[in-house]
Formats: sequence, structure tokens, C-alpha cells
Amino acid sequence: MTELLLGTKKGLFVLEGEPGTGFEVKTRAFAGEPVEYAMRDSRTGRLVAAVTSAFYGPKIFYADDPAGEWEQASGIALPEGGDEALERIWVITEGEEPQTLYAGGDPGVLFESRDGGATWELNRALWDHPTRPDWQPGGGGLCLHSIVPWPGDPDRLALGISAAGVWLTDDGGSTWRQGNEGLVAGYLPEEAPETETSTSLCIHHLERAPRRPERLFMQFHGGVYRSDDAGESWTNIGAGLPSDFGFPLVLDPADPDSAYVIPLAADTDRVTPEGRVRVHETRDAGVSWTARGDGLPGENAYLTVLRQALATRGEGETLELYFGTTTGEVFGSGDAGASWLDAANHLPPVYSVKASR
Amino acid sequence: MALVRLRGPLKQLAGGSSEHAVEGDTVAGLLRELELAHPALAGWILDERGLIRRHINVFVNGEGGNEETPVSDHDRVDVLPAISGG
Repeated sequence: MTELLLGTKKGLFVLEGEPGTGFEVKTRAFAGEPVEYAMRDSRTGRLVAAVTSAFYGPKIFYADDPAGEWEQASGIALPEGGDEALERIWVITEGEEPQTLYAGGDPGVLFESRDGGATWELNRALWDHPTRPDWQPGGGGLCLHSIVPWPGDPDRLALGISAAGVWLTDDGGSTWRQGNEGLVAGYLPEEAPETETSTSLCIHHLERAPRRPERLFMQFHGGVYRSDDAGESWTNIGAGLPSDFGFPLVLDPADPDSAYVIPLAADTDRVTPEGRVRVHETRDAGVSWTARGDGLPGENAYLTVLRQALATRGEGETLELYFGTTTGEVFGSGDAGASWLDAANHLPPVYSVKASR
Repeated sequence: MALVRLRGPLKQLAGGSSEHAVEGDTVAGLLRELELAHPALAGWILDERGLIRRHINVFVNGEGGNEETPVSDHDRVDVLPAISGG
């Protein structure tokens, strides 16, 4: 049995089903409220959800049972009396220490919890970074949407911020440096100054290969990139894809040469290209890409998949893949993308998908 | 003291009571006092900057107000979610 946690424009939907079959809605929480992200901590089973009420602002809630009482976490706020307010939480990720969780949000902020999500603290080193005044927001805001720990080493983290680039720490977040060498921002003029080209980098999604942690993959605003030196430098591996634009990216944890992306037509046309829905897979670290679409809509399908709306469970030949669309469909594969099935539909716009259990 | 009236989740966060007698000279002052009395309200009406959230409306004796609107004893302050959505 697989559990899907869908963050949607109109609440959290908890679905259950077998891989490669249709899924059923088991629970809906936060009815009517935008739920940007929800995850289940694999170590404790606790559910943690980011909810941004249009009226009351961004909050994190946690619960052991999604149909039960949700508690509001404390500490999800910026320092009082400043010029900025927290706009949204984009992602929640397990850390390497027991009970540690990270949350990333807009405006480019990182929170850390040491108690499984009940209380949170702002990472001050990133908040106070001297380059912050130069950081540029992307179209979705100044969103810290990717947090990638280093398996077994709690001191090492990589972050993706749209559009402030890649940020790396080797000391548990006490200091941060950029890791942007090789990224080419085609949306900036060639003669743009270095301050502009290092803080206007629109990272769309970042993932680390757990079996080779110095390797990362990135969906960029223009291009798919790979780093083999822990995020210090990047090589464009997008040749062979139908478009250089897209949002989500996932990996097969068993295979450090693997990545899956869902290209969209262009930054000015954010739908699946040519009316066909395809997930593109590489198994050679980006040298070549294969379109996976058996069971996906092959014509007259102009769908949008957001950056957190593609998820995996398991690994290898039985890797499960799930993605949701802004038109409320969820597609699933139980065989590493070889075949696909409608897992659910008629849902609100899907912001995020996480698979667990 | 002014009378602050709350609805919906704000009422629940304020101990389940819809009416609260609160000391303060301005709307922001009242709301801060209300947060002190009911810490669960922190961040729900005022953001970190001390501003009323964009889609919350505050009325003083039936007229639209903002953070700086003066309030006096016996004034009635309604805190309402705006008519918005999508």
C-alpha cells in the first residue's frame, strides 16, 4: 500500500492505493486552504504540512493522524519588527540528525526543527547573509524550495533558491557559500555584472543522488544540469530533451546515473509540449534521455506540473513515480516509469506530491 | 477598554470567545494586547512587520481602519476576513 500526500489549492488530500492502480481519497484536511507541501517523516510517522491561508498567513501544522487534530508549530516567522514577512513555506525535508527537519520558504529562508516539527528556528546565517539585498525573486517569489542533505553527514546541506541560486554549507548552516559555477542564465544579457549573474539564478529543483552524494541534478529555468563535485560547479545535460524548461526532478535512489524530469514547452508556455505528456528519464547521468509515456495522455493534453508535484517511492525496477497537475490529475507508475496509469483525478490544482508508507 | 470582536478560527484561537475587552490607544496596540492575552493568535492577524495581514479587514465602530486608527474606551473593533478567494 502506498500513501500519497497531495498538497492542493483546496486542502491536503491523503490517497491510498497499490502501485500501478487507481488511488482512493482517504482523508482531506485543511479544507479550502492552500496546502503547499506535506510530508510524512519516515522516522517517526508524523505528518507535517505547510498551509498558507489567504487570510492568516503561512503556518506549519503537524499530526500523527491526518484525520485527527493538527497542532500548529511554533517559530515559523521572520524576526519581528523588520521590513519583511514570511510569504510561504515551499518544502519540508528530513535532516540527518534524529528529529531534525528543515523547512524552506519565501523570502529565501531556511528553518530548522530539532523536535520533529513542533518548534522551529530561523537559520540566521542565511537570513543575515551579506549578499541577501541583491537576491532576486523568481516569478513565484524568493522561494527556497530545495533542501538536500548529505546522507550520513548532518553538517552538509545544499539549497536551491529561486532566483538566488545554489547555496552550500559544510558546517551545519553556520556559514553559507554559493555553488553556481557553470550555470548559464539565458534570460540575462551576456554582459550582466557578476553580482547579477550570481544572484539571479532561477533554480527550479535540486536533488542529490544518495548513493553518490557528491552528485546533484538540477532543473534550471533553462536547462537540466548535473554536478559531480557536491554542487560547486554544474554541466548542462539537457541536450536531447524536448525543452530546456520544466520544474520537477526526481532520482532513482538506487542509481546515481538516473534522473526524471517533465519538460514544459517553454518559460512563456508552461504546458506539456505538443499536447503530449511525457516523463523523460536518463540512466546515464544525462548523456541521453528516453521519453516515458506509456499510459500517459498522448494528444490534446496541455498540462502543467509544478516543482514539488513529482515524487518517488522505493527504488530500482519497482521504483514508484507519481505526479500531479494543476488541473487536478495524478498519474502513477509502479515500474520506474515504463508504464503509467491515472492514479486519481477531479482534484483541485496539485501543488505537491509525496509518496510514503 | 475597547471591545474586539472575532470570528471563525480567530475566535477559537482566542479561547473560544468572540468578544474581548482590551486596553489600547490604536488598533495595532489593541491587537498586540490581544496577542499577549491569547498567544495562539500571534501571527494570525498581524504579521512580523506589525501590519494587519492583507486579506484581513478591521473596522472601528463600523468604519474601515488600519494599524494606526485611534481607539477609545467603548469603541467596537471588528476583525473580519476579507471577501476574497479563488
